Amino acid sequence: MALYHSVLDLIGDTPLVDVSALSPNPGVRILAKLEGQNPGGSVKDRAAKAMVEEAEKEGRLVPGSVVLESSSGNTGIALAMICRIKGYRLTVVLPENVSVERRQLLEVWGADIVSSPGAEGSNGALRLAQGLAAEHPDWLFPYQYGNPANPKAHYEGTGPEIWRDCPEVTHFVAGLGTAGTLMGVGRFLKERNPNVQLWAVEPPAGEMVDGLRNLDEGFVPPVFIDNDGPALLDRKLIVRARESIEWTRRLSDVGVFAGISSGSAMAAAAKGAHQLDEGVLVVLAADGGWKYLSTGAWTADLDDVVDRATRLIYF
Amino acid sequence: MSVSVRLPTILRPQAGGLSEISAEGGTVGEIVDDVVRQFPGTASHLKAPDGGLHRFVNVYLNDEDVRYLGGLETPVPAGAQLSIVPAVAGGGG
Repeated sequence: MALYHSVLDLIGDTPLVDVSALSPNPGVRILAKLEGQNPGGSVKDRAAKAMVEEAEKEGRLVPGSVVLESSSGNTGIALAMICRIKGYRLTVVLPENVSVERRQLLEVWGADIVSSPGAEGSNGALRLAQGLAAEHPDWLFPYQYGNPANPKAHYEGTGPEIWRDCPEVTHFVAGLGTAGTLMGVGRFLKERNPNVQLWAVEPPAGEMVDGLRNLDEGFVPPVFIDNDGPALLDRKLIVRARESIEWTRRLSDVGVFAGISSGSAMAAAAKGAHQLDEGVLVVLAADGGWKYLSTGAWTADLDDVVDRATRLIYF
Repeated sequence: MSVSVRLPTILRPQAGGLSEISAEGGTVGEIVDDVVRQFPGTASHLKAPDGGLHRFVNVYLNDEDVRYLGGLETPVPAGAQLSIVPAVAGGGG
């Protein structure tokens, strides 16, 4: 136990816990990094804090400044907590079909919420935020998809923590999203040991893709391109909603109450573990399960949860 | 050899409204070329001017992104499933 001077100091240094009891291959250990232990409840506390503090260093934030972000949830929640502590106002553009807890948490921290059409998913939220940013040049738009402070938070935090706690790591498995976690951790681990493999997990795009009007509305995060993502990644897999929810439930068998994207990453790790002789897989569990209780992910009929997952943004 | 190819909503108008088609070929590239042969309207959506995949298109072979397998050269086994999926800002948290 220690005395902390600010909740901001509680961000990072998350636990790595052995969940090998769930490994389908006795030669393969699986360790989960529990990012839900961050004070804002997710891995996004790291990038949010780094982006805000970078802007402070550059003199772009003063007390009362407005911060704007588009987010399907966790980044908005992290920024809302950090802005509340630091005395900034936050406006979040949020797709209307995210789970109710995400909206409630933003309200806890006093963020202003602008809803974007659910059918347009994160892409639509991003477009709307870009429009607002253009109208309000005095607002800070950290733009997590393109902000170098996002991968840097993982290069300086998450990656070194994994290396300190488990230098025998052979694979790192995480969701792709903004690519911040994978690029930052991947770059750090590969510099230490070039044999470490980097696996990206993608949720099935579902209705987010159906909202595209044409292919040129497609999007690859600048963080991914700027870090030479195509060369850094070793593998990219889609994990379906059913497997994600099944593995989210399995995690609870070993006492890990994590969100559905953690189930996706575990499903990918389990699939890969079958194909290896031996290895030590570190899986990033991006958030805790709290924000998904209303989805019935653990207790409702699996078919019903999967059906709802195609309409709500769970990831 | 014929394999099943899943098309995203956005390409279905160019493919007679179908969500799943079958195409011939032994590699991902041959199969993509066969899709374009059957439905020429998909060409500009699938291929980049240099002959590679369009940058906003991901092709998955049994749920693995072919860019991290062998790209267009990736061999496609019998009974495989190819999925064509646009790249979007999904899961950005």
